[in-house]
Amino acid sequence: MEKLLMKGNEAVGAAAIKAGCRHFFGYPITPQNEIPEYMAKELPPLGGTFVQAESEIAAINMVYGAAGAGARVMTSSSSPGIALKQEGISYIAASELPCVIVNMMRSSPGLGGIQPAQADYFMATRGGGNGDYYMPVYAPASIQETVELVMEAFEVADFYCTPVMILGDGMIGQMMESVEFPEPKKRNLPAKDWATVGTGGKRKPNIINSLRIEPDVLEPHIQKLLDKYEVIKKDETLYEKVNCEDADVIAVAYGTISRVVRNAIKKCEEEGIKLGLIRPITLWPFPFAAFEEISPNTKAFLSVEMSAGQMVDDVKIAANGRIPVEFYGRYGGNVPKPDEVVAKVKDILGGGK
Amino acid sequence: MIQNDRRVRIISGHYGSGKTEFAVNYAVKLAELGGKPVLADIDIINPYFRSRERAVQLEELGIRVIGSSVYAPAVAVPAIAAECYSVFDNRAVDAVVDVGGDRAGADVLNRFSDHFTHPEEYDLFFVINANRPSTQSEKQVEEYIKSIEKGCGLKVTGLINTTHMLKSTTAKDLVKGWELSQSVSMQTGIPVKYNVGLARLADEIPDEMKNNFFPIELYMRDDWMS
Repeated sequence: MEKLLMKGNEAVGAAAIKAGCRHFFGYPITPQNEIPEYMAKELPPLGGTFVQAESEIAAINMVYGAAGAGARVMTSSSSPGIALKQEGISYIAASELPCVIVNMMRSSPGLGGIQPAQADYFMATRGGGNGDYYMPVYAPASIQETVELVMEAFEVADFYCTPVMILGDGMIGQMMESVEFPEPKKRNLPAKDWATVGTGGKRKPNIINSLRIEPDVLEPHIQKLLDKYEVIKKDETLYEKVNCEDADVIAVAYGTISRVVRNAIKKCEEEGIKLGLIRPITLWPFPFAAFEEISPNTKAFLSVEMSAGQMVDDVKIAANGRIPVEFYGRYGGNVPKPDEVVAKVKDILGGGK
Repeated sequence: MIQNDRRVRIISGHYGSGKTEFAVNYAVKLAELGGKPVLADIDIINPYFRSRERAVQLEELGIRVIGSSVYAPAVAVPAIAAECYSVFDNRAVDAVVDVGGDRAGADVLNRFSDHFTHPEEYDLFFVINANRPSTQSEKQVEEYIKSIEKGCGLKVTGLINTTHMLKSTTAKDLVKGWELSQSVSMQTGIPVKYNVGLARLADEIPDEMKNNFFPIELYMRDDWMS
């Protein structure tokens, strides 16, 4: 397979097209602009649709419409833009429609800055919009993994009829890395017999709606969603464990920051400290199973994030009080450095082993 | 290693090809030769990985870095410092101009066109990375060159082969880019000025590429990056 040098954002676009996405609706925001740029250039020659909407809210509702018509459809934005899309995402989840939403996170709150961050963990994993819903959230740590997870996201979206989020950060979007494009792994997908593509006079109209006024109608609908989420938790949770056996401290980090931690693992090794890593690949469902077995040697979990501490809440749930959960984070657009992680590990171990 | 280039070296090309690393390394080499070079960063395309992020480090090496008129290395606004005119106006200055990617990046040069009083003093280099999907064929590269020339009103005077795979670049990558650059050169008459690669590749490349090999260090990649 040919290796290419690509920017993360370009690779998102190329992977989506390879996965059969032919429709994109978005609104520009740094640091993800190369995604709409790529789609604007590449979709029309394939007979697809690119629309730069008048706002993020308009874009997500165009996604809602295209998904309802059974299309493979994507939108992308960055933190404040994703916040604007939340109403539409909740509607799409409630209406059980498949789509892929890419968030290349930038520093926030508010308009914040354009440098990378991971401060949308709560927004991504706690539903984000109104109501009792979740969506699968994938957190790639390299451009290659971004390609594979974008392809997988479309399959998962169609398989479960759910919105799926790719949660990267500005660094994943802007970084150049070598990448190759494997053939997408196909699932055995159900027919989209619910799509609003015209009855042809042969059946009753399909209706896509998120409004259910009667409590006794809405409650079973929510229960149906919850049952689906249980299946997703069981079958779709992904994580990676590195160096965890007998580790002195186990870091928990996703995306870009897992790369920083890998570097810290090497540096710790040079000083005789064994640092492990649990890397959630799905943030929802969170990989609680990865935390089940803890070696008696392990003193603490250390959540390392480009936020003021969000995933650390899930790590605490996973640790369930068995060992302490520590946190190290940089925020506002700064990226933690491997040496800072090493210093924190030493601090936890009381100034070294 | 630095050849007899003209006083102002303008570095253009497709974004993500390695322009900034080349521009920064070129300025460092000029400083090592004892000059007080200027590195003018007029990239308004990329929000990350811009040479102005390394301004402090480069100033310490004796390089004058001119970036945005807004002092904020992390901000993406199309504001170019007026001081950039001095690169063209002050004929005593040795300069490297780091231009944003693609035609849109090169369009910025138009802002300076009424200061292009001595075009014989400027080199417009076009960087070629044969591992980038949009600059893999002769035709693609030639189209890029045409669009950039159209955007900025100057003619490309040299091709720079920066073909790489980041830290895992091999001599094979550089040779692939050399072959592409040579064939573009045959078609356009524009000479291949440099083969740019990590210093460790110096002994691995064929002899014919050695005389214009330009060894670089990676200033823009943090140590955890590939």
